Amino acid sequence: MSSFMNWLDARFPASKMWKEHLSEYYAPKNFNFWYFFGSLALLVLVLQIVTGIFLTMNYKPDAELAFASVEYIMRDVEWGWLIRYLHSTGASAFFVVVYLHMFRGLIYGSYKQPRELVWIFGMLIYLTLMAEAFMGYLLPWGQMSYWGAQVIISLFGAIPVVGEQLALWIRGDFVVADATLNRFFAFHVIALPLVLLGLVVAHIIALHEVGSNNPDGVEIKKNKDASGKPVDGIPFHPYYTVKDIVGVVVFLFIFALVLFYAPEGGGWFLEKDNFIPADPLKTPEHIVPLWYFTPFYAILRAVPDKLMGVLAMGGAIVFLFLLPWLDRSPVKSIRYRGPYFKIALVLFIISFLALGYLGTQPATAIYTMAARVFSVIYFAFFIFMPIYTKLDKDKPVPERVTFQ
Amino acid sequence: MRSLVIACFFALFTTQALAASGGVHLDHVEVDITDQASLQRGAQTFVNYCLSCHEASFMRYNRMAKDLGLTEDQVKENLMFASDKIGDTMTVAMRPEDAQKWFGVTPPDLSVIARARGTDWLYTYLRTFYLDESRPMGTNNMAFKDVGMPHVLWEQQGYLAKDEATGELVQAREGELSQHEYNKMTHDLVNFLAYISEPSKLERMALAKWVLLYLIIFFLVAYPLKKAFWKDVH
Repeated sequence: MSSFMNWLDARFPASKMWKEHLSEYYAPKNFNFWYFFGSLALLVLVLQIVTGIFLTMNYKPDAELAFASVEYIMRDVEWGWLIRYLHSTGASAFFVVVYLHMFRGLIYGSYKQPRELVWIFGMLIYLTLMAEAFMGYLLPWGQMSYWGAQVIISLFGAIPVVGEQLALWIRGDFVVADATLNRFFAFHVIALPLVLLGLVVAHIIALHEVGSNNPDGVEIKKNKDASGKPVDGIPFHPYYTVKDIVGVVVFLFIFALVLFYAPEGGGWFLEKDNFIPADPLKTPEHIVPLWYFTPFYAILRAVPDKLMGVLAMGGAIVFLFLLPWLDRSPVKSIRYRGPYFKIALVLFIISFLALGYLGTQPATAIYTMAARVFSVIYFAFFIFMPIYTKLDKDKPVPERVTFQ
Repeated sequence: MRSLVIACFFALFTTQALAASGGVHLDHVEVDITDQASLQRGAQTFVNYCLSCHEASFMRYNRMAKDLGLTEDQVKENLMFASDKIGDTMTVAMRPEDAQKWFGVTPPDLSVIARARGTDWLYTYLRTFYLDESRPMGTNNMAFKDVGMPHVLWEQQGYLAKDEATGELVQAREGELSQHEYNKMTHDLVNFLAYISEPSKLERMALAKWVLLYLIIFFLVAYPLKKAFWKDVH
């Protein structure tokens, strides 16, 4: 075995990579609950790719056949129903895990110097994931697939001068049609997964270059022992591999509960209208995007002007990218932050969740008003961040991480 | 915090059902797709009254035979009028153009209708046809206003009429069945529609507890393993 490893290591950095990223990658020992979601996101990514491959074997990207081929998978393909539900539940699970992972970054300041690029790569993953989910949702070719795509693509039409041409170019037809389905299929199964994998690698390489943050926001590399190992660090493998396995089992238990007992997720993961084949002549009563897009959809609808709405929706995501430079506090973790940031963060989370809810509801006058208020809070969180983080009464940060 | 996150997550599941009813009060029906006797009666009603116009083109006869506890011969003799191959799906001979001409609309495929409409809606729909002179078929429906479909089960239910004062439906002409019997008949039919909308649900429900049990055992190994490894971390 060792002679084989010698042979291999002379030609490929197998042992070197194993050490760098696992057995000698020192992670802070004080990771808590919020630190499970990175490895879980990786798990779901693998799950989506593997189940996606098997779905592709039986799915037909053709407007005439797509809907029936999904039902064919559900009924006639061996274990097809399980593969399909793993994929459809996995899509929602992906966003649950990624949102919690991002929330972790937010509360412990993991986006701050020196991890700006980790955050940027992460945001690019999030953006790609949204495109991946949006395009994947067209494939079952149900009513909500069809009309959701119709609404979202038409948003490009709001761009001045080139908008309509751009929307036409994206659709490949004057309405969402077979051509759209074909290209979305190509993007969903090849283009975007490739981008996603590349970004995930970049995200992890950037992380391992600077080292993980932790709930105290203390840089463990500042305290090293004689051999140069961080005193508050432990090797990722075996410590966090065995710990993450526990997280994986608990996650899979909850995942299995949804998958087996409520795969429709009460209409949130598989929408009722999507069991009606796409009909270009019949618009559904409510066109609701999937739950993970609803906060941005609410912002879009809150603005009376279509172009401004689209810009606001884009801005809501652009601001997230800028977070590392908007935050002027020297303190990373919420544990040692002052009251201003804590209040701002609570308001931000409330408005994000409220917008998420409002995005699922019909745009009545009261709901639109509420969406405007929460949109303003959402943006205020970012716009005033340089001020309130600078003025904040932060607490002293300890030298070492707190553990038990 | 942890429990709060989980609570919020599951709170999401409960609300969307309200959005689908379109404001009409829906009668609740308990569906049990493991009740083979009910499914068999529902299948009988389905092939006799629905399958002349509506297809269930994703549903295979032999799958139904297996899941309903019937032999293939029993299905061939009693439930197959539209086809003679047991591996076929439940299609109809009526051409879509003809349907369009006769009903103004092609009757929708019923394979997954229970997942699109919900079982409560179907149960309400099947029981709330009422006389309405203004409609081409002479009937309207409480759950589906101005529906193109006639009241196919009129022999069983008789006819209801809408009391203009209260808006309630009252029996205008007796049918062969009592109200209770008719409710039971439509209940079985809705049960069958729920079954054909997802036959794999039977497998899903049967497999679920084994997967969960496996994960519990896995946890009982994984957690002590983590504890053991972390003993020396201070």
